[in-house]
Amino acid sequence: MKRAIVIAGITAVALAPFAFNSQYLVNIAMLTALSAVMGQAWNIAGGFGQMTSFGHAAFFGVGAYTAAILQTRWGLSPWLGLPASFVTGGLLGGFIGILSFRAGLRGSYFALVTLAFAEVLRVLANSLDFTRGGLGINIPLKQGLANFQFHNRQSTYALVLLMLVLTTGVAMFIKRGRFGARLVAAGENEDAASALGVDLVRTKTIGLATSGAFTALAGVVYTQTYLYIDPSIAFGVERSIEMLLVAMIGGAGTIAGPILGAIALHAVAETSHFFIDAPGFAPLLYGATLLVIIGFLPRGIAGLGARWSRA
Amino acid sequence: MGEILAASLVNGLLTGGIYALVALGLTLIYGVLHIVNFAHGSLLMMAMFGTWLLAAQLGIDPYLALPLMTAVMFAVGWSLYRFVIGRISRGDDRAILLATLGVAVVLDNLALVLFTGNTRQIETPWTFAVLEVGPLLISVPKLISFGVALILAALLWSFMARTDMGRAIRAVAREPEGARLMGIRPDRIFALAYGIGTALLGAAACLLLPIFYVSPGVGSVFVLVAFTIVVLGGMGSFPGALVGGLLIGMTESVGGLVLGESLGPISISLVFIATLLLRPTGLFRGAR
Repeated sequence: MKRAIVIAGITAVALAPFAFNSQYLVNIAMLTALSAVMGQAWNIAGGFGQMTSFGHAAFFGVGAYTAAILQTRWGLSPWLGLPASFVTGGLLGGFIGILSFRAGLRGSYFALVTLAFAEVLRVLANSLDFTRGGLGINIPLKQGLANFQFHNRQSTYALVLLMLVLTTGVAMFIKRGRFGARLVAAGENEDAASALGVDLVRTKTIGLATSGAFTALAGVVYTQTYLYIDPSIAFGVERSIEMLLVAMIGGAGTIAGPILGAIALHAVAETSHFFIDAPGFAPLLYGATLLVIIGFLPRGIAGLGARWSRA
Repeated sequence: MGEILAASLVNGLLTGGIYALVALGLTLIYGVLHIVNFAHGSLLMMAMFGTWLLAAQLGIDPYLALPLMTAVMFAVGWSLYRFVIGRISRGDDRAILLATLGVAVVLDNLALVLFTGNTRQIETPWTFAVLEVGPLLISVPKLISFGVALILAALLWSFMARTDMGRAIRAVAREPEGARLMGIRPDRIFALAYGIGTALLGAAACLLLPIFYVSPGVGSVFVLVAFTIVVLGGMGSFPGALVGGLLIGMTESVGGLVLGESLGPISISLVFIATLLLRPTGLFRGAR
């Protein structure tokens, strides 16, 4: 019974934006869902496998640039950007994973190396002609379904919602399966997992590649929605931190966590400017929320929900 | 070409002195707490704003403000660990890591709210003073900051080697349980180390302000550099941080010369990744 109520509630919240008249509100719903996709993707690596990445913008940015370059340079359909970015994001995750996990990096060291990879990509995107350097890439405006550019935000929201369902489905599938058990084991205690026959490098690399592939999809949607991408939007630290916050605040390692985290973060952002309308105030509250969560709710908002459902 | 290269090397070496000072604090905190202090850059930014306020509002010269800022930042760092980071993380590594990140996000954005995103500078009488040494022109404030950085490193060194407090810090760094049995309280030492690491940033801020700008994002300019130095020198190693700081200062300067302004910063990141992957123990194997 409780389960049915929860499912009905989630469906109602998810579908509500289709009834909104205000494009502003739909845009917020779309951005919330997009944050949830990124948080869920981060969660696969950072939650299940405890690979605390501080540089997931690397995947977002590679996805965004893959889609932008494919259509502006080679005139390919932007829809191809989705599978192409999925592949480039996954390959980058595999590359970073193999290098880092072979070297035995974890904890702080892994956080640092991901941060550095994102920074290398930012500097490269900023200085290569191929990516048009600091100018960034403009996608010519040509609205239409075939062109992956939508006149109303509802269509974008529908697509992002679909992506969220897919990412969440994959996260659930991983969590419940044997691979997920290995990934969680590797995250919780490397030595014990290794003694039980878990191939650490392989397991964690696959986890990071999966996470990277789904993060890259979010980059494509971003590019197609705002029709512009530049090195700091794509690879900036803020982006990496946002994904981490969404997952950690909602509850890392849980399925509902990143979705709850995204809703909480955007709710904070939208209400904060009624109090102090200054740039920086909303992210200031995010940081404070993270501190509160670490201190008082180590399992995030989802942990609170679990407590409630047991009561 | 030789002269340009020599000038670039000297310039990098001098900048490296400040880098070393920033990295010394980071390596001290790492050595004791075994976590990377992600708030390091933001605390430096905070100290730079403090120094800027003293200079711009009260007309206090940054060099004269050095003792004051060092003391203030010690208090800031000590309380931050004692009342925030240590309290909420309960000794769990990942929680400490994320807590320092949370503190960084809060500080950066607090500065953005208070001071807006503008960059600010002050001009001291010697901002543009130069010293002619043969064919080289050496910036006087950079030379001063280099000298003071080395003196502070030496002071820290003797504090760690000669005083009981320094010995206690080293004991906790190496063997927290053993130290506890000797009557040392590790949680006090953690706060003390965090305070000293932050105090060095107060000094670094005073040395930087005459030659650099300050903005809410300025910490990120130094933070990746400082991480690189600490990893290159060996996490927790003092001589590593010093040598690493000078090496990275020169790498950055020459990298900028060879690769150009926009691609130049990549040299630091590549050194960083290569060290992490190939020799994560660093040059000095984290010897304390």
